[in-house]
Amino acid sequence: MISYIIRRILYVIPLLLAVSIVCFVIIQLPPGDFLTAIESQLKSQAGLSEEESRKMVDEMRKTYGLDKSMPVQYLIWIKNIVTKGDFGYSFGYRKPAQEVIWERLKWTMIIALSAHLISTLVGLLIGIYSATHQYSLGDHLSTFLAFIGLSFPEFFTALVIMYLLVFRFRVPHVGGLSSPEYVLATWNWAKFVDFLQHFWIPVVISGVAGVARNMRVMRANLLDVFRSQYVITARAKGLKERIVLYKHAVVNALHPIIAYQGVALPYIVQGTMVTAIVLNLPTTGPAFYDALVFQDTLLAGSFLLMVTVVLVIGNLLSDLILAWIDPRIRYD
Amino acid sequence: MILKNERSRKKNSFAEPVKGEAYIQLVWRKFKRSKTAIIGAILVIIMAILAIFAPFFSPYNPLKIDHRASFSPPQRIHFFDDKGKFHLRPFVYNLKLELDPQTWKRIYREDTSKRFPIYFLVRGWEYKPFGIPCKLHLFGVPKGGSIHLFGMDNYGRDLWARIMLGGRVSLSIALLGAILSAFIGSMVGTISAYYGGITDMILQRIVEFLQSFPQLPLWMALSIAIPATWSSLYVFIAIMMLFGLLSWTPLAREVRGKVLSLREQEFVLSAKEAGASDARIIFKYLIPNCLSHIIVILTLTIPWLILAESTLSFLGLGLQPPMVSWGVLLQEAQNLQTMGRHLWIAIPGAFIVITVLGFNFLGDGLRDAADPYSRR
Amino acid sequence: MDKQNEILLEVKNLKKYFPITRGVFRRVVGYVKAVDRVDLFIRQGETLGLVGESGCGKTTLGRSILRLIEPTDGEVWFKTGKGKKLDITKLEDREIKSLRREMRMIFQDPYGSLNPRMTVMDIVGEPLIIHKVAQGKEIEDRVRTLLKIVGLNPRYMRRYPHEFSGGQRQRIGIARALALNPRLVIADEPVSALDVSVQAQVINLLEDLQVQFNLTYLFIAHDLSVVYHISNRIAVMYVGKIMEVGQAEEVYQGPRHPYTEALMSAVPVIDPDVNPERILLQGDVPNPANAPSGCTFHPRCRYAKKICSQEEPPLEDIGDEHYVACHFADDFSLKGIRQF
Repeated sequence: MISYIIRRILYVIPLLLAVSIVCFVIIQLPPGDFLTAIESQLKSQAGLSEEESRKMVDEMRKTYGLDKSMPVQYLIWIKNIVTKGDFGYSFGYRKPAQEVIWERLKWTMIIALSAHLISTLVGLLIGIYSATHQYSLGDHLSTFLAFIGLSFPEFFTALVIMYLLVFRFRVPHVGGLSSPEYVLATWNWAKFVDFLQHFWIPVVISGVAGVARNMRVMRANLLDVFRSQYVITARAKGLKERIVLYKHAVVNALHPIIAYQGVALPYIVQGTMVTAIVLNLPTTGPAFYDALVFQDTLLAGSFLLMVTVVLVIGNLLSDLILAWIDPRIRYD
Repeated sequence: MILKNERSRKKNSFAEPVKGEAYIQLVWRKFKRSKTAIIGAILVIIMAILAIFAPFFSPYNPLKIDHRASFSPPQRIHFFDDKGKFHLRPFVYNLKLELDPQTWKRIYREDTSKRFPIYFLVRGWEYKPFGIPCKLHLFGVPKGGSIHLFGMDNYGRDLWARIMLGGRVSLSIALLGAILSAFIGSMVGTISAYYGGITDMILQRIVEFLQSFPQLPLWMALSIAIPATWSSLYVFIAIMMLFGLLSWTPLAREVRGKVLSLREQEFVLSAKEAGASDARIIFKYLIPNCLSHIIVILTLTIPWLILAESTLSFLGLGLQPPMVSWGVLLQEAQNLQTMGRHLWIAIPGAFIVITVLGFNFLGDGLRDAADPYSRR
Repeated sequence: MDKQNEILLEVKNLKKYFPITRGVFRRVVGYVKAVDRVDLFIRQGETLGLVGESGCGKTTLGRSILRLIEPTDGEVWFKTGKGKKLDITKLEDREIKSLRREMRMIFQDPYGSLNPRMTVMDIVGEPLIIHKVAQGKEIEDRVRTLLKIVGLNPRYMRRYPHEFSGGQRQRIGIARALALNPRLVIADEPVSALDVSVQAQVINLLEDLQVQFNLTYLFIAHDLSVVYHISNRIAVMYVGKIMEVGQAEEVYQGPRHPYTEALMSAVPVIDPDVNPERILLQGDVPNPANAPSGCTFHPRCRYAKKICSQEEPPLEDIGDEHYVACHFADDFSLKGIRQF
């Protein structure tokens, strides 16, 4: 067991290295960089001649090390990350990339975790209901709704809900996390209510698919467990149905869902991404999207790297958790 | 023991096979029993037919621009005229543009003075299936009338025709991507499990490496790297390759697991024993026995890729206009005010949902049916 | 069987060790000695029965001989139809392929040994295609003949294996093995998965085929009664090693190894006059990863003496090609079976 853990952890190091290289290369793939855009801006708006603007931009390139070859740029980037926690400079926000990400990560996590928590709880409850009432009307209905939930593209769910709120229920302001008049206000009760009125929308939108997925997984697992010998034995020896259900069946059916928690984080972060872009939330998703579109290379690369690292570590944790809770897995 | 005494040498009595059903028959029987699977299959078939024969189902050219008809709303099909008289042949009214005298808003009203009955198999705009000029369309109205069942987009193009055309693109990109992914996934999974050892180690590390990346951000970053100067066809192929090359890992894992268990079975050993080459064992023994798994996952990859394509295109990172796909069509809905005033521009979204639902139903039904020996 | 017959297959010092790894760097900490220094020979046209408890390495030995798994060490000499003697363990893959025409295998599990996605025709005809000995219509004709030989109606050659019963499937497997006119057939427990009534039919078929096609069998079984009738000679295996080899009658009636005696006593005999005295073996079959020192059988042997745990007895000819691996082979008078 211990050697399994050590081997698994040792293996993550080269993986992280390879992953960081690929993140960097992908982000550098599009032709040109952020300064190309500045160059044309200088020409058209500041009225500089072609030569002057190129000279200015070349100088900027030098200061930010963009004139160096890609491998050298990568080495500088990764060295600063590892030694100083410095992810590089974001041209778009005119400050270090990690600052942009950190200040937006707070809301990302709050929204993502709320959506995840609610979707897991609701999904599990519906799943247990469905499995214990197999083939009932409620089971059919929730199974069908789960299918529908999985068939909606997230951006479309967002569009539909926004449309309904604005044009059917006449909600005055949708999008973002607060109405314009509260943006600069200090926190008080009214602002909090306004915040809640905005907050539930992205949570529900990004939670829909999660509810459907968890419900289906729970239902299928529980039905499998019901057919297993030990549940039949538990029933045969006269245990109360409640005890059979919660002490024997549910606990075992939860295994895959618990194991999933390790990798859930990056999925929920990217799950709220599209919603956040459509609703224009102050989270990492829209920042990443803008960084991609405007070639704010280091910001986009840093974000991609961070999510990837979280995913790699999540995978590791999930493997270890599964190894820990499931005694049937062998380690050599 | 008693073997010697039991000798009964009936040389010419041949053994008859016991009755048993072929695998395909069992699968089909189980599949038929699931109502959702049948509904899914029907939805998928309808969407496929609409996409394949898109121009035939479109009375108007999806690319023809008419600025005067910008955002003209859908026309309703009537059976009763304004006097309440029933007509067996359904008809439509033309739309008249009026300005509201108070608000100066553009309002479309039905011009009930003239009915335009709908005729089937009529001649209209020319299209060229396989290079043969053809003017036949499923339905249409006589000259002077128009039939825009889903209204018009910003540039006054028929949305119905654009949805048909967009379906062609959305479905084919997802289908080709899924086939590519199934091909790579099944080859990698089979080779990995069959050869084992160092080959397995390397391939598994590649799989894990690819699975380390978060799907959506990676796809966004890669699709934005597709040069804007490329032609529509190249962009289409690039996105398709992107889907195929990045979505095969779950299948590879599943096929690997299946082949690992198959490899232990004696019939694979019997092939080796007969001197069969590795290629023969892979293509005649391993892949055919994994085929049901591969088909199920292929069916479930398609809806996933439809969702991915529409999301990327909606965000402006995937296919670009003038290319038409359901996601591209929904770009117009990005502005909430536009969508609020012209709700019909969200209709492509309904097509996405229905198609994805159909594939999910079908894939789920196939998964249950593919294992007919289990009692589920 | 005539002892003057030439030797078709000779196994010398064959080993198959599976490494056991442990730790972060998967250090090899030991070996499962599935086949350990086995010596055997089979004469042209005879049947050698190989018996032993399950897990003793019989199947591994059979597969190592055909190089379906790579042996760790040792030699396997085979005399080809052209009269050349070849060491199979040293051959290139290409050379083995041509040898596979002469050495075929019949598998144990009739349900798992036929590809469920191929028709009977494809299964039986496949070796012909692989070795390019027939094509097109010829294959069909040959398959038809083969099916008739094994007692199956060729009318059903387009059907899939799951439509047949266990015995019928085993006949299909036999037809497949015969397709290329082999000289040696290794039958790996060909009847142990079948009903007793069907077992007899299949064994009889195998005997008939031996006469008809001049086949040589290595017949692997865990059931002594099955092996007795078909074998000319018997080899007894225990935890990867050969314990006793000899003429079938000699081994059965006068076993010289205590393990063989214990195996014999487990065979039910239908004779009211014989006093059934079963020798119950103490303990379990030892783990081949951690075999006992000296004679591997000594912890369970009721005659064991001190030397047995210290020194491993070699497999020695005690006369008349009767080989025994026991320090006291000449000292005991062990009980065999007079008749079945």
